[in-house]
Amino acid sequence: MEKTFVHPYMPNSVPEVKQELLDELGVGSVREIYESIIPQELLYKERLDLPEPIRSEYELKKHVSGILNRNVSTEEYTSFLGAGCYKHQIPAVCDEINTRGEFLTAYCGDTYSDHGKMQAIFEYTSMMGELLDADVVSYTTYDAGQSVCSAFRMAVRLQETAGKERSVILVPDTMNPDIYSQAVSYCRNVSEIVKVRHLPETGLMDMEELEALLKNGNAAAVFYENPSYLGFFETQAESIADLTHQYGAVCIAQPQVSALGIMESPMNLGADIVCGDIQPLGMHMQYGGGQAGFIASHQKLEYMEQFPTYMYGIAKTDKADTYGWGRAMNYRCSHGSREKANEYFGTETGLWGITAGVYLASMGPRGMYELGETIMQNLKYLEMRLGEIEGVKANPFGRSNFQEVLVDFSGTGKSVADINKALLEYGIFGGKDVSREFPWLGQCGLYCVSELTSRGEMDALLNALRKITGEREV
Amino acid sequence: MGYVKKNRDFHQARWDEPFIMEMGNPGERGVLVPQASDEVKKVSGEVSELIPAGLKRKKAPKLPELSQMQVLRHYMRLSQETIGTDINIDIGLGTCTMKYSPKIHEQFVRMEKFQELHPYQDESTVQGILEIMYKDEQYLKAISGMDKVSLQPSGGSQAIFANVQTIRAYFEERGEAEKRDEIITTILSHPANPGTASTLGYKVITLYPDENGLPDIEALKAAVSERTAALMITNPEDTGIYNDRIRQFVDIVHEAGGLCVYDQANLNGVFGLTRAKDAGFDMCHYNLHKSFSSPHGCQGPGAGAQCVSEKLAKYVAAPTVEYDGEKYYLDGDRPKSIGKLRMFYGVPSVLIRAYAYIRTLGADGMKQIAELSILNNNYLIKKLLEIKGLSMPFAEGRFRMEQARLSWQELTEETGVTTDDICRRIVDYGFQDYFTSHHPRVLPEPFTPEPVETYSKDDMDEYAAAFAAIAKEAYSEPELVKGAPYKAALGARIEEECLTEWGKFATTWRAYKKL
Repeated sequence: MEKTFVHPYMPNSVPEVKQELLDELGVGSVREIYESIIPQELLYKERLDLPEPIRSEYELKKHVSGILNRNVSTEEYTSFLGAGCYKHQIPAVCDEINTRGEFLTAYCGDTYSDHGKMQAIFEYTSMMGELLDADVVSYTTYDAGQSVCSAFRMAVRLQETAGKERSVILVPDTMNPDIYSQAVSYCRNVSEIVKVRHLPETGLMDMEELEALLKNGNAAAVFYENPSYLGFFETQAESIADLTHQYGAVCIAQPQVSALGIMESPMNLGADIVCGDIQPLGMHMQYGGGQAGFIASHQKLEYMEQFPTYMYGIAKTDKADTYGWGRAMNYRCSHGSREKANEYFGTETGLWGITAGVYLASMGPRGMYELGETIMQNLKYLEMRLGEIEGVKANPFGRSNFQEVLVDFSGTGKSVADINKALLEYGIFGGKDVSREFPWLGQCGLYCVSELTSRGEMDALLNALRKITGEREV
Repeated sequence: MGYVKKNRDFHQARWDEPFIMEMGNPGERGVLVPQASDEVKKVSGEVSELIPAGLKRKKAPKLPELSQMQVLRHYMRLSQETIGTDINIDIGLGTCTMKYSPKIHEQFVRMEKFQELHPYQDESTVQGILEIMYKDEQYLKAISGMDKVSLQPSGGSQAIFANVQTIRAYFEERGEAEKRDEIITTILSHPANPGTASTLGYKVITLYPDENGLPDIEALKAAVSERTAALMITNPEDTGIYNDRIRQFVDIVHEAGGLCVYDQANLNGVFGLTRAKDAGFDMCHYNLHKSFSSPHGCQGPGAGAQCVSEKLAKYVAAPTVEYDGEKYYLDGDRPKSIGKLRMFYGVPSVLIRAYAYIRTLGADGMKQIAELSILNNNYLIKKLLEIKGLSMPFAEGRFRMEQARLSWQELTEETGVTTDDICRRIVDYGFQDYFTSHHPRVLPEPFTPEPVETYSKDDMDEYAAAFAAIAKEAYSEPELVKGAPYKAALGARIEEECLTEWGKFATTWRAYKKL
């Protein structure tokens, strides 16, 4: 008999059971099986260079917790980090549901085996439809970056289908640099992504330059974020959409979902495709692993055909008032038509979609309003108070912001990196250093608050900054 | 030996749960939101003054208004109407590696010290998670034999995408990108292979199986040329037949100047037995949520690993995690890299679970996974092939690796009952519906089981017995099978045209109501 060790995850590692299976197959060992099918020269003769196994759950827990305990979390330090990943209140019900074994461990079962999963996903898209005022909402994508990339390619395909040779995507030069680089790479063979400059006084998109670029007649789409990556509202949203349409391009917008209780959806401001991330809707940050994307549009066939992801459709049944659900029109996806598909597609982020559904159902319209309200008030407070510190300039564009605000430390003679390093000593994660991404901003940090940020935490930041910048504590 | 319950009197929970948009009453609330303090409000003023006039929401979103218990109960009921791996013998979703996801891992990913980490925290405060990611990279190097690993991909398909981007970057640097515009794959490889290749503008050439069920080597010889950028292939394919000429495939493509990429979604059957490197591949990828035990989460989040040989190391997706002898750090300063695939750095929850899994099993345990997957599969096949009407096309008498593609063709011809009927009927027996095949269905009436190492002999016996019972029903009472399911959560059959006709299709409740 071969050398085996009985392991709790492998019932047939029990030698007698294993022998029974071997006997049934009329072979002496598993080795005999695989050596009959894998050529000798391909067999790996050595032992994998891996650490010796940790025997018990207890020892494993000690070991893994020991490593993870070296992290310092945002529960221990006060965090002013955002830039695409946000710490919010997570209703306990969200965690309760997404840790249910049935949801946690289901996969791609369909209409009849996973009726509850299908309903939960359709409820998610339906609630997102209400939040976005959009009739069509995709299944979740990997993250906002993927949604933006796919939205860009959807626009190019829309133009192609209409017989137009338009492949340029116009984007604000203040856009999220990570998503920008992702999109350049993802769209390279079908599209050129061109930055539209911002107005130096306001940070907003330069409408004159936008029009000049649109006049070239090669733009497939115009994209904007609202609020922008740098935190300010793009107050020209409607004008951007109008201008975009005037020149035959598609308008794509990325809203911040946590703002949509108080802020108009881009769908109602002329956008044709709306995309973004649902991480703020009930997902822990998980060091960036809580992201999940969405894509939405109006109920127009030419748009729907361009979605590259699964779409879950509702279906009547032979029983009154009873609905079923299924993945529909799969020829659009690589699962349905391989290389002829719109784009590729794979295992995305279903559990986060279900979680966002639980979140939206818990929050309701009132909760979403209060979420936006608290965030804006906290941010305004922080902005006003930061401005009192000598040499520190909060909100250099003087705009109305949501959740995040630029803080310029150039006048303090210190770099953002120095300041952030010093803040660690006070148990504070300072705002994201954007001085490398946007050198023209000088020494700016992007400070983020949420409904969880308390006045005490903001005041502690202010005091720490006073000390660090050399001002006396008040 | 163990007691096998045959043909359980199963009935799935059927709550007939209303649609959430129709539940609750105006004014009800599921959760309260922290409010700004009075001192803050004194400084900030009212939100109506803060938000620009043109951007104020005019009508509140029509979200449901429900109290907390009612939200919880609704979703608890929906969860009960879902057959996860935790509650069933999930052998049917072949190619998906539905193994047990150890519960101890869930405790790790729910630690505050992980869940509440922001990706832009100072590196000195995330040494723990970086150490885990770094060590995962090292372990995957050992398992694949490759020289560099990136854990950036968000899933298996994105890892394949990263490999195609790497192909492009490699030939661009050599000035051959224009010329080498073809990628060869096989019809039984995962659709993400042709899907990612065409997304990046490659012309796709598809090889079909020969009479032995393996990709046609003559077709490959005819396909390669100075235009070949790469071969993207899996081994074994969904048929479970190990391609013993794989080295020749690789050599043929290398001789033509192309690269060879191994899709290792099927790693479970080859852990420690053979490595991508041993067959000469330049790259491979792993689906970490599959082979390394993360729960599949109703289709994600998963995670992928991109593994490449030395000559391609500089191109892998950034950032990678490195160690300078004192501290772990993210290395995004990789000028030749294909760049970022996603926001932030891979999917760390899956990477923690993969780490814990490897540390639990070690080298012998990993090899034992492969051995038991192979043993289980061949045992199950033997049991299933005793069933009238079910056959295993190609390579008769040859052992399979960790999965197999079977066919109900004979049963369909004799009874009119199709694989789709059986797929619904199996739910009545308390099993997840099964994976038939990707599209197109190369084999008629397909069925692709994968009894990974976590299923017992008793589990497999019960699973096979259920199909034996259904086959018997098909021969004696075919309408019974065709009318299934009866005991599933959904006690009715859907009107398929709602999912196939654009005019009847809606992805949201509001759109449905407008149809």
